[in-house]
Amino acid sequence: MVASLVVLALILITISFREPTSGPLHGVQSAGATVLRPFEVAAERVARPFRDVYGYFAGLVHVKSENKKLKAEVNQLRQKALLGEAARAQNTELRRQLHFRDSPAFPGDYTAVNTRIIGWRNEFDERVVIAAGRNAGIHQETPVVTSDGLVGSVTQVSGTAALVTLLTDESSAVQARDQDTGAFGVVRHGEGESSLIVDRVTKDKRVAEGDVIVTAGTRSKQYPSLFPASIPIGYVVSVGQSDTAPFKQIQIQPFVDFSSLDAVTALITKKHNPEAP
Amino acid sequence: MAADIAKAGMLLFLSVVIQLSILAQVSILGGHPNLLLVTLVCVALLRGALFGAVAGFSAGLLADTGVFGTLGFTALLLTLAGYWTGRYGETTGRDRAHAPAVSIAVITVLYQIAALILRYMLGQNAPGGAIFEALVPTVLLNLILIFPVYALTRRLLRPREWVTREVQLLG
Repeated sequence: MVASLVVLALILITISFREPTSGPLHGVQSAGATVLRPFEVAAERVARPFRDVYGYFAGLVHVKSENKKLKAEVNQLRQKALLGEAARAQNTELRRQLHFRDSPAFPGDYTAVNTRIIGWRNEFDERVVIAAGRNAGIHQETPVVTSDGLVGSVTQVSGTAALVTLLTDESSAVQARDQDTGAFGVVRHGEGESSLIVDRVTKDKRVAEGDVIVTAGTRSKQYPSLFPASIPIGYVVSVGQSDTAPFKQIQIQPFVDFSSLDAVTALITKKHNPEAP
Repeated sequence: MAADIAKAGMLLFLSVVIQLSILAQVSILGGHPNLLLVTLVCVALLRGALFGAVAGFSAGLLADTGVFGTLGFTALLLTLAGYWTGRYGETTGRDRAHAPAVSIAVITVLYQIAALILRYMLGQNAPGGAIFEALVPTVLLNLILIFPVYALTRRLLRPREWVTREVQLLG
């Protein structure tokens, strides 16, 4: 009996591992996830007040130093916002005059599906389950964000739930650019836990500490990006380069706090991405 | 027997839901409490190897389903955990007060290592360093959990030895 269960588990692992996500076993799994969803939502709701209380007291520990840092940041951002507003108005006007045809832009060309995280996969990988799925218009590769920035993308979906692979997962990679200098690279998982780096930025490009990194959108016909351009990812905390390495070593601090994710927004595009001939 | 299955099923279902929705994101001193494993160990200790293996398989399958995991992954690990704990409960661990604590400590270590190896074999992310760093706090957290969970499970599933003694007295 026990041996049969072990063999059955091994067969399930083999099929589940080899089968595409549209296969019948994944279909059964999706149905199971749909059944479990109300219970997960209920448990999450019961736990939320306790988690909030814990979060409140945990936040108090660093509140003074954080307040000082945020005040300085607000002043800096206020100046940037004034300049940005003028540039935005000018950009809109120029686009109108040029009758500029653009690919779907964030956030205007996307419908937001706001949803809650109802499950965390395990401590091994960085994936979460959200309480919205195909019925809400979410499909595989749907980008997921918070008000702070990019979170990840949907990698598996059922009718009422979806699995989101976070940006900090080892399998994630996003085409990105330095908003200040325009240098392009690929944001992916770094060496430490939940750390991110910008890879493949050649040494001739200029990147400085504090620069904001945003999604680059699609830059190659061969490798279209899942993410619309200009979603904030993080800011540069260190830049280094060696004589032997062909690329700069850039570490970034993500804007999103992946350790305390609670609610996220899935972005459903309103217009189709243009396809290259 | 049917009542036992229903009670154990309910208990394991609740622990799967709580584990996936709440505890999977809890990290204390780097450790991650595993309520599902703790509950399974309690059930297997009280009901034996076969019951433990079937309970582990079912609960594992449910857990894999709930988080879109590789189907059968947790089921395989929990089947073995349930079987081993059940055997221990039926033999050496019978009537030993420290049996739950010993079982969960050993099973937690074996579970983490087995999960790591399995993930490595499947080509998935297997951060050995992080897992071994978190091993001691995880064992401690599971040790803390086992006492209340075992007490609750014991109330729901009366140990079989008690039933035997009562029958003997009556007889």
